[in-house]
Parts: sequence; structure tokens; C-alpha cells
Amino acid sequence: MSERASESSTPSSSTGRPELAHDVRITDTTLRDGSHAMAHQFTETQVRDTVRALDAAGVEVIEVTHGDGLGGSSFNYGFSHTDEMTLIAAARQEARQAKIAVLLVPGIGTVEDLKRAHDAGADMVRVATHCTEADVSPQHFAAARELGMETVGFLMMAHRTPPENLAKQARIMVDAGCQVPYVTDSAGALLMHEAKARFEALVAEVGDEAWVGYHGHQNLSLGVANSVLAYEAGVRYIDGSLCALGAGAGNTPTEVMAAVFDRLGISTGLDVLGLLDAAEDVVHPYLHRWPKMDRNAVVQGWAGVYSSFLLHAERAAERYKVPAHEILRRCGELGYVGGQEDMIIDVAIQLADSRHP
Amino acid sequence: MAPKRVTAAIVGPGNIGTDLLAKLQGSTTIDVGYMVGVVESEGLARARKQGVAASAEGVDWLLRQDPLPQIVFEATSAAAHIANAPRYAEAGIQAVDLTPAHLGPMVCPAVNLREHLDAPNVSMITCGGQATIPIVAAVSRVTPVPYAEIVASIASRSAGPGTRANIDEFTHTTGGAVAEVGGAERGKAIIVLNPVEPPMIMRDTVFCMIAADADRAAIIRSIHDMVADVQEYVPGYTLRAEPQFDEPRESWRGNGRVAVFLEVKGNGDYLPEYAGNLDIMTAAAARVGELMAETKLGALA
Repeated sequence: MSERASESSTPSSSTGRPELAHDVRITDTTLRDGSHAMAHQFTETQVRDTVRALDAAGVEVIEVTHGDGLGGSSFNYGFSHTDEMTLIAAARQEARQAKIAVLLVPGIGTVEDLKRAHDAGADMVRVATHCTEADVSPQHFAAARELGMETVGFLMMAHRTPPENLAKQARIMVDAGCQVPYVTDSAGALLMHEAKARFEALVAEVGDEAWVGYHGHQNLSLGVANSVLAYEAGVRYIDGSLCALGAGAGNTPTEVMAAVFDRLGISTGLDVLGLLDAAEDVVHPYLHRWPKMDRNAVVQGWAGVYSSFLLHAERAAERYKVPAHEILRRCGELGYVGGQEDMIIDVAIQLADSRHP
Repeated sequence: MAPKRVTAAIVGPGNIGTDLLAKLQGSTTIDVGYMVGVVESEGLARARKQGVAASAEGVDWLLRQDPLPQIVFEATSAAAHIANAPRYAEAGIQAVDLTPAHLGPMVCPAVNLREHLDAPNVSMITCGGQATIPIVAAVSRVTPVPYAEIVASIASRSAGPGTRANIDEFTHTTGGAVAEVGGAERGKAIIVLNPVEPPMIMRDTVFCMIAADADRAAIIRSIHDMVADVQEYVPGYTLRAEPQFDEPRESWRGNGRVAVFLEVKGNGDYLPEYAGNLDIMTAAAARVGELMAETKLGALA
């Protein structure tokens, strides 16, 4: 409805990219991407304790949502132990300086969910689409801007489209009101030169209209290295998780990234020792599993499979008596994208049939 | 006795309208007399070639025609249908709405085809709804379904700009229809666009929560019967595997679950086969329109 001025003025004149307090702005997603590794069983106490520790250690943005974003609690992705709105409100109460972000995947979550999250205290939304489908996001960016929220755009499975095209998709998001389009390496599949080419393409495309972000996974152990390359290429928003808690082999570990940036003399505002304590004393005790580069997770990075598929593939493997890494490889071959967790069961059934007809 | 047919119009000469025209060409009850757009297009030209009076002058033109159509199929956008619907109603024209506007009662042919044949306006829900609601209904007619959830995966190429700009309408309308038409107490819908090449054929998954002691054999029979019913108008509607039953879990409030995996291959009338999501809409709309026409002809006889 709000017609933006049709002259050639850039959207940044109305939305703008936020001022940076440090050289780079770190977002911690332990309580969102980590929800996958926790099978969405976070309790309110765990969220409160984690937010307090992150906030005290200087983390500027803390993401709290079901792993698959607002509305993700479902048969397909797993039901939440505690309603995400309760967790968002608890996080908001605990954070003194940090902003609380939520993830929204159009097709799963809706503008209605976003309004509820905003009422619960969310300050920022990260709207996530597959890397070639950015044009499903304008509805949600428009609603977020109307609510006065900060906006991030996730271009998921960024390895699946070339840098030039990823930049065009980032442009769609920025024109829709996104302040920070992200190179989102959902499969932890981007090799260093591939990541760099995407960072450079996005930075060139958005200029000073928006910042560019990077979200990494550890499936091929490149999260920290790619984060350094990202900074060098002009990326100013970078994601991490304590203890790497996240889908697949987990995310770039926030505490490791903080230590590396500190050694590089790049200011993040993070207290390295505080984060090491938070990882060791707060997060480690409640881990169901410490995400690691086991066979299944490496296959995800190698074959370019959506990291969140990991636990679902393990469950299907157990039930249908076929190896999880074979299910995951097949998902990669068939080109399944984020959200298609149901197809994992389908693949397992088909593999089982072909083995024991 | 000369066979008599009911005159109909298609408003919206895009992919869906063109495919619908192809499906209705052989109809014994419907004669598509008019194809209407708002700008000159390939779709209008194609309709003219087939002997259909076609105009780019919109609904104003349609309402000046003699005879007026008795049935109009709306294949435009929700916004356009909201504007046009009162004008059809005023002219006494029955509307079959293929947009997600959802003004009239929702119809899924295999479930409630005959319930709303007299309604001035019926909604064809959404593509995901047409594909999945029959299965929810098949389960809920055998055992109570406290919650049903559907996941629709469609090829990126088959999702037009309208769907993309208003993806929330899909989730709301479909989720509501899973409960209202499918018979679940609560419904939820998820849609995923997949850009893989060659394009993937439409896939749908239906999860129904069921009691721990639900009659599995009866559920399986009911699902197979329902699939056969849908195949009457969408031959490419198939089960990927037998229904899968999951044991009760605490996180499901002690309930069990049945999961049904579907593939919807289009008929390839005008749209490509992978676009089963569009085909199931046009096939369902054609079936509803033909029954409305039969009712009208029956009333005359």
C-alpha cells in the first residue's frame, strides 16, 4: 500500500542501514538454529540463562525462534517444547542491550505470526527464502517495516545459485525493505572461493544501501574461515552459535569467531572470556548432542544438503533401516530445499523398497 | 433432441484460464462462449482461434454480451475477483472462483461437490488444498482428526507472481480449509517452492493426528477409495507409498499419526505435466462447473 517514491531515489533513504557500533555486528543464533540440534525442546530457563550470558558478553543481536522460524512448530519440523512466543518474551526480558531477532520463512510463518512476535518483544526479523525465490518475501518485509522492526534477508542454500544471480535476489529483498541481505550457507557447502565470490557480488550490488551478512555452517569446517573472508570482502553482519549449536555440524562457533576477530584486531564488542564461559558453563550442560563433523554432517556439506535435514534423516534411517548418509545424499541429488523435511521420509521409503523389495 | 449446453465465460486468459478452456472443450454440458482479459494477450488470441469470442475489454464487455453467460470461471487474482464478484452476482451469473479470494463456500469435488451447487459463488480453495483436503477427509470420515497438517511442494516455474506476492493467503486459506472442508479440528498448511531443473512434479504430504487405537485398516481403505475418486478428474493423482503410521508420542499429546505422500502429475492439456498444482485446480473447477451446468439443465428439463 505504501507506495515508495517512484523517482530514482534508493530505498535506503527511507529504511537505511543501521549504524554499526563496531567493525562487525555479530548475531548469535544458538537459540534459533540451535533449536534444530535440540529437536526444538528449549525450555524457558535455558533461554533465559543463555540470553543473559550472551547479552553480558556483548552480543548485539540474539535470535530466538523455532529452528524453522515462526510457526515452525509442526509435524513436519517437530513440535516446540515451549511456545516460541513465550521464549521470545523471556529473551526480551533478560536482554539489557541486545536486540531480539526472529526468523520467518514465508510459506511456513506469516505476517500474523510476525505481529505476535513483535508484540512479544522481537526487535528484528530475518526473512528467509530459498536463494532463487526472494520474491516471496516483500509482503513480510513491508509488514516488518510498518512495525518498525529491523530487517534481515536470508538467501538460503546460497551455494545453489551463482554469485551474479544471488546478487539479483539480494536486490529484490533490499528493494522490498531489507536492510541486510545475507549469504546464507544453509548446507555448509560453500568453499572459500565460492563464498568470497558471493560476498563480493552482494556487496557490489547493494553498495551503501544495505549491509551484507554471512551465516555459516561447519559441515566442511569452514564457518570461521569464511567469516574472516566475509569481513575482508566488506560483510558486516556475521552469525555464530555457542558450542556451534545449530543444524548439521552446527554453526560457526561464536566463541571461536570472537577469539579469531580479537586476534585480527577487528572489533566486535564481544568479551571473549565471557563467551567461553557462556559456552562452557551455560550451553554445554544442556546440549543433547554437541554438533560435530560426523559422516552424516560432512555428507551434507559435501553434497549440498540443507543442514536441518540431519536429525530427520537419522530418525527416518532408524525407522526404515537405511543409512542416514544415503538418505541425505539422495536428498542432495533430488535438489530438495529447506522446508521439504517430509521428502526425507519419502526418500527413506523409496530406498528401503529398493533394498528389500 | 439437440444436446443443450450452458454458456460459460472464463475471465483471466493466462495459463490457468487457457488450460481450463482446453479441459472444457470436450464438455457435454458447458459451452465456453467467452474469454475475457484486460489487455490483448496470447491467451485471448488462442481462444479466438478456437472459435471463442474473446475481448480485452474486461468484465464491462462480458456483461454487455447476449446471451450473458450463466457461469463464469474467474482465473485472475484475488483482488480482481473481489471487484468482479458483486457484478456477476447482480447479473445472476454463478461464479467459480479459482483465485484465493475465498468469498463463497469452499469446494473440493471429491469431498463436498454437491453441497454448494446452488451457491452464487464458490471458492476452489488453493492448489494445495485441492490436493490434500481429500486425504484429510478420507481419514476424518473414519476416525476423529484433532489436527491435520499439509505440506505442498511445487515447482518454482509453476508459481506465478500472484502466488509469490501473496504467499500468506495460501497458508491461511489452505490451513482453514483443511479444518473446515477436510474435517480436522485444527489445520495447518505449509508451502515450499523448489527451483530444481528439470522441474519437480507437485508433491504433497498430509499428516493427520489420530488416536492411538484408531482403526488403521479402515483408514487405509478410506484413503485408497478417496484416491480413486480424485483420479476420476485428476488421473495423475497417486500415492507415493502406502500410508505410514507412527506410534503415539508424548509430544503429540499421546496421539499417533498417519502420513500420506502424494504426487500430482498434471494432465498436460495445456500446462506442463509437472504443474500438477495448476492442473488440479482447473480439473476441479471444470468438474464443479459441469455439475452446476447439469443442475441448470435439469431444472429446465
